[in-house]
Amino acid sequence: MVVRMTESPFGQVSWGKALRIGGAGAAVAVFLCVVGIVPVFHERPLITGIISLGQTALLLSALGTGYAAARATAQGGPLALLAAASAGSIAGVALTALVLIGSAVDLRAVFLHASPQLYEILTFGQGLTGSWIPIALGALLGAVGGLVSNVRVDLRRPLTTALFALLLAGLFAGILRAAMLTTPLADLARLLFASVGLTVIGAIATVVLFAGGRELLYYTNLRQRVQEMPPAQRRVVTWPAILVAAVVILVLPQALGSFVAQVIAVVALYVLMGLGLNITLGLAGLLDLGFVAFFAVGAYTVGLLTSTAEFGIAQWPFWAAIPFAVIFAMLFGAILGLPILGVRGDYLAIATLGFGEIIRLLAGSDLLKIWLGGPRGIINIPKPIDVPPDHFLAGPNQIYYIALACAVVIAFVAWRLRGSRLGRAWLSIREDEDVAQALGVNLVQTKLLAYMLGAAFAGLGGGIFASLVGSIFASSIQLFVSINVVAIVIVGGMGSIPGAVLGAVFLIGVPELFREFTEYRFLFYGAALILMMRYRPEGILPTKFAAREVHLESGELGADTVVAAPAESG
Amino acid sequence: MKTSWLERLTDLAIAGFLWAFRIAVVLIVLIGSALTLASGKYPPETWLNLAVQGLTLGMIYSLIALGYTMVYGILRLINFAHGEIFMAGAFGGYFVATALAGLGFLNQSPVTSLVSILLMLAGAMAVSVTLALLVERIAYRPLRNAPRLVPLISAIGASFFLQYTFRGLFGPGIYAYPSVDILQVAVPVDVLRMRWVDVLVIATAFAMMGGLYLFVQRTKIGTAIRAVSEDKATAALMGIDVNRAIVTTFAVGAAMAGAAGVMYGLMFRQIFFFSGFVPGIKAFTAAVLGGIGNVPGAMLGGIFLGEVESVGPTLFLDGLNVPSPNQLKDVIAFTMLVLVLIFRPSGILGERITTRA
Repeated sequence: MVVRMTESPFGQVSWGKALRIGGAGAAVAVFLCVVGIVPVFHERPLITGIISLGQTALLLSALGTGYAAARATAQGGPLALLAAASAGSIAGVALTALVLIGSAVDLRAVFLHASPQLYEILTFGQGLTGSWIPIALGALLGAVGGLVSNVRVDLRRPLTTALFALLLAGLFAGILRAAMLTTPLADLARLLFASVGLTVIGAIATVVLFAGGRELLYYTNLRQRVQEMPPAQRRVVTWPAILVAAVVILVLPQALGSFVAQVIAVVALYVLMGLGLNITLGLAGLLDLGFVAFFAVGAYTVGLLTSTAEFGIAQWPFWAAIPFAVIFAMLFGAILGLPILGVRGDYLAIATLGFGEIIRLLAGSDLLKIWLGGPRGIINIPKPIDVPPDHFLAGPNQIYYIALACAVVIAFVAWRLRGSRLGRAWLSIREDEDVAQALGVNLVQTKLLAYMLGAAFAGLGGGIFASLVGSIFASSIQLFVSINVVAIVIVGGMGSIPGAVLGAVFLIGVPELFREFTEYRFLFYGAALILMMRYRPEGILPTKFAAREVHLESGELGADTVVAAPAESG
Repeated sequence: MKTSWLERLTDLAIAGFLWAFRIAVVLIVLIGSALTLASGKYPPETWLNLAVQGLTLGMIYSLIALGYTMVYGILRLINFAHGEIFMAGAFGGYFVATALAGLGFLNQSPVTSLVSILLMLAGAMAVSVTLALLVERIAYRPLRNAPRLVPLISAIGASFFLQYTFRGLFGPGIYAYPSVDILQVAVPVDVLRMRWVDVLVIATAFAMMGGLYLFVQRTKIGTAIRAVSEDKATAALMGIDVNRAIVTTFAVGAAMAGAAGVMYGLMFRQIFFFSGFVPGIKAFTAAVLGGIGNVPGAMLGGIFLGEVESVGPTLFLDGLNVPSPNQLKDVIAFTMLVLVLIFRPSGILGERITTRA
């Protein structure tokens, strides 16, 4: 590929590349607008009165465009800034064009979100006279992005930290405020947080606290120092840290109010199921898209055995029913898994997807209605522990603790299995089935065990879910359950236990807490899966093992790029 | 490694279970069919009706399945987002159709109706092809040499991304396809019990598949595609532009899916952002049924699946006194997939063995 460069005393710029990146940035910006992310998220302020989340999305896309343009086109210097600014302004031009076209023709006949409100946001309420604003802002932000890519790394690090901290703090401001208002910290809460979003003071405090804190950590070199300590001394530091984390996790639902408690109970449930799928997908490499099938088996087992209403058959307590939920789910895993585990991996994905659909359709069908209630479902499923409503274990809280305890057990099981003979057999299958078989691994049986274990934990999750909600309907059995779990495992990092926790918090917790996210949840999942596979296939918090693997591979890739590089710049 | 007796016993139990499963399915099908036919509840016209429906539906599946099968043949990738490409085509056709209906052109005369349908096809294919090329460029091309699971997950991501992009763009509501009046008229040959829309779907599908066959077999780029799916490295050494062959494959598959989208819209008259998902999985089933990577197989698999889905619930289940068997037509379709994977993983016409790469 021949890229023309402009020679100048300041350095070299390839304008073609800058143009292309500007074009990509323009596409992203227009996409954010017409798909509705900008107008919908505009309703949630990040810093009250200053900037909304929707504007932040556009701002980040312009910054990113400038950053990428400056990165890709030049070694630095003023020309790089110019390239970044022009790339940013291209994105701005696209938005201006959107406003102008949208004002002339009614785009809403086709695109739902191309409404006058969107144009108001883009022109800051100035109407057509303000249509130059996106271009100017795009150029400015592009230049800022270019500047960021040019500054030294020890300046860029606090900047990115501050940005992330702002985003997170802005999102959770309302919840933090509600939690703090009942404590002696109420005045501080009012100072820092508005009812949604941060106040200006809160924003400044966040930036100072987090950017400063990270720099402090960096310059004191704390992590490395802890790692270099002798084991006895290290224990003195790490154990209290773990203890504090444990206490925070335990008091979380008590401190944050009943709505948040419900959400984090669901998050804990998904942590549990994510850890379960981590065995199937992360260790054995079986992509199971039919997780919901076993979730359904577990949920209906608990429902049937414990319900005190119409379809209940035994009125057992939860604790007697849950082992059966696990066993039945496992049996179903065996029955469904056996026919298809002989075939190769990608067929398995589709076949399990089919299973999920089969179970969903059966649960809602007239065939099983006399037993499972069909769309009317099974109601009056009791909670595991019967307590008065103001007890600290009331409602979703006990489910949170139960799910958490189960998650710890599963994490322990997964951790111990990993190094076992079986775990090593799984890893070998994941890497190469043929070689594994040649080395004497019984493919079907080994895969079956992984599949059944995953199914067992899905059943456990389903049983706990039934008890959390107190009812189970055919409409609760949705494909999305499977997709949620798969996304958690992949985004967090296949095989990684902290990864599953992080994945569940962000992929389940955030959309459950914020209405705006609910609508775009699967859009984000889709984008996250594509981006993860492209840039970080090992996940956000990978296991050491997976990270090393990827680094080995990228080492080879690096050699390729070196060979290819002269052709690129020629 | 020595095999322990426990392992052997388990293997035996597994084999036994699989045989029991096969026998059970065959028994259900045979006894169910026999009881249904013996009851004489349904006159021959009903069966003919169902068969015609099945054929039309099967043709739509075939058109979608071609995209799966061609991409799989060349990249060994299940293009999970293909169902969404189909749905995008249906939307493209919808907007062309509403524009034409607004102008009064759509139902002016039979000729304008036909021209409108051609325009809808063109619009749908344009949308589908553009989208498919974007997906290929962004989600698949950078991962071409990655382990198999990686592009598959990326494809699943692309599928959801497209679905919810369409939801964001057009909202969660159901869009009703404008009615093309002449298509709803029954064909004068009474025994066929068809409407013109069925004829249109079947004729279009045959024409497109014929065209595809000629394209793959006779043109230069078709030969290149076949060469690349045979062996990428050798094809590259022979001077074939592998990238171009792959991109063409995606484009051709997407064009078929776009046409299928219009056919689906004209037949079922309702589309929404999730419309592509289930037909997508079923079309994949059809592709596996026919033998994945095999073009005539996809067609055969599609028709077979369409017939089983249409005739199956009544034929197999009604005699067994299953209440409202039509609720279970998708169950039958997905069970077919599992059955193929057990009985004949290489599909009806396939030679490739699915257990190996």
